[in-house]
Amino acid sequence: MDLAPAGEYRSSYREDMTIFPTRNSRRAVLLGLILACGLPFLLGRYELGLLINIGTLGIAALGLNILVGFTGQISIGHAAFFGFGAFASAWLHERWHIPVALCIPIAGAMTAVVGLVFGAPAGRLKGLYLAIATLAAQFILEDFFARAQWFTGGVAGRITEPFALGSWVADREESYFYVVLAYVVVMYLGAANLIRTRDGRALVAVRDHYLSAEVMGINLAYYRTLSFGIASFYAGIGGALYAHYLLFVSVEAFNILFSIQFLGMVIIGGLGSVMGSLMGAAFMVLLPEVVQAGADLLSGSAIDRALKLGASISFLREMAVGAAIILFLIFEPDGLARRWRLIKSYWKLYPYSH
Amino acid sequence: MDWTLLLQLTLNGLIVGALYGVVAMSFVLIYKASQVVNFAQGEFLLVGAWVCWWLLTEWQMPFWAGFLVTLAFMTLFGVILQVVVLRPLIGEPVISVIMATIGLGIFFQALMKWIFGVFAKPFPPIFSTERVNLLGLEVQTAYLMSLGISVLIMAGFAWFFTASKHGLAMRATAFDQQVAQSLGISVPKVFAMSWAISAVVSAVAGVVVGVVNGVSSALSVYGIKVFPAVILGGLDSVIGAVLGGLIVGVLENWAQYLDAGWLNWGNMVTIAPFYALIVILLIKPYGLFGTKNIERV
Repeated sequence: MDLAPAGEYRSSYREDMTIFPTRNSRRAVLLGLILACGLPFLLGRYELGLLINIGTLGIAALGLNILVGFTGQISIGHAAFFGFGAFASAWLHERWHIPVALCIPIAGAMTAVVGLVFGAPAGRLKGLYLAIATLAAQFILEDFFARAQWFTGGVAGRITEPFALGSWVADREESYFYVVLAYVVVMYLGAANLIRTRDGRALVAVRDHYLSAEVMGINLAYYRTLSFGIASFYAGIGGALYAHYLLFVSVEAFNILFSIQFLGMVIIGGLGSVMGSLMGAAFMVLLPEVVQAGADLLSGSAIDRALKLGASISFLREMAVGAAIILFLIFEPDGLARRWRLIKSYWKLYPYSH
Repeated sequence: MDWTLLLQLTLNGLIVGALYGVVAMSFVLIYKASQVVNFAQGEFLLVGAWVCWWLLTEWQMPFWAGFLVTLAFMTLFGVILQVVVLRPLIGEPVISVIMATIGLGIFFQALMKWIFGVFAKPFPPIFSTERVNLLGLEVQTAYLMSLGISVLIMAGFAWFFTASKHGLAMRATAFDQQVAQSLGISVPKVFAMSWAISAVVSAVAGVVVGVVNGVSSALSVYGIKVFPAVILGGLDSVIGAVLGGLIVGVLENWAQYLDAGWLNWGNMVTIAPFYALIVILLIKPYGLFGTKNIERV
């Protein structure tokens, strides 16, 4: 067996900073990936669709977590950047006939540029003021989407082409799942590695104590703006993947409620946890399913008739999102990531947990 | 230039702006007392207006009785929210507190849609005359009432903070919590009181808007329009909030005039304040009257 030792035996920074501390953890990740590759043969299209949603939203949520959890900035406009990525990718393909496989990273880069523009105030602003500035960004971008016919197709929306690589076209859940999986792996490894670099540590230092960070020679304005750029890049990639999965992007989708859902994912998953972002995205995608299942269970009963459950399911979903955010903040502020650590340590120490 | 139209729009802007000012004031009240940025301010208007509407239509109460019951309910509502949701979060990072209020916002907005539906519902008529002529301009009676109530609330706030015991306790708490505690002021009580007052005042604004435009979930837009107003005036200044509200109200009406006459962009009413907001944040981040944060190491 190759388990992590019970004490602190690491003697170099290199050992301290590895992502996978033991050989077994590396094997577990590889095994998990191989199992994930087999999923399209096991699951139905609906379940795969949910997994694809978790992946695309998870990438964008990771970007927001880099901004909120690692750098300590607040953004209430993430859905607008997500939407910009979606429209940018669709526009690039239709206007310039760039292959979709290339459109996605380019859309990410374009979104990063937009994020840098709106992140420029972040160089000067902190906390609340920044939150309100990003709120303005949300409304301005939403307005831009509705107005810029050439870019978004206006109110009618825009039809997108499926992902294609050579002759392989990913136009079904079974095939598109692999595209999203590949992006999730690359983006999550990228984020995990980012945290280990000088820039990543600088971001965390800005969060923990920005004055000390500045005294130590970290350029605050640069890193605050940079973190906005990175977050928008992730949002853009996630949005582009989302666009080529749905094959249709509409202007109304990227409203403030969606932005709040992204923040919810980050809070529920765990602020400052890379894997937590994915857990939070999974929670947010599955929550409406659970609400729907609950309503279906009660349909036809007296409770259903009295409360009009079936007709108002969308409101019930929104309420569940709001309630989940509040309950997590009060009872589990460190999110699902901490819960997961507790479960792991429980099994590791079983039966001598004290 | 159509001067009458411009004048009419300016007057509308001032009336709506006064309401923004009232909501902004109650927002600033919570921020000053408990350092919480309340993203659920618009939902206070929404809940208050719906409760009042429900009392008036379902229970056939006269307006004054329904109004008073609504205010009593909102007092309780504000206190319960503070005690149940916000009190456990004291000492948590800013982002957690902001997220909690955002969560409250979407929860109550969805709840109201669930209970009362998504369509706007009009209040039963309260005034016998719909419109009055004021210096050659047609003004709805409800608008006049709205302006009157706004001014009344503002005067009430001014008295409360300068002369009443509780108002002074609140200012002391905002200034320094420890010192306030050592003077025998109960800080938890002040927090709860600030939320109660804020909820009540917002509900009054909500009822007024409901009487004018009908009640619908569009009311919570006021909670978002508050941000340009308070940023303009300074997050922690009551006078700034009133002024900011008035400026935002006039600004969006002028933007609409400009839009209809020359630009033809559409939707400038809702977006113009946010452009203004970005500009203010870049030039004068602490607003017109806000306290500048001086940081010492």
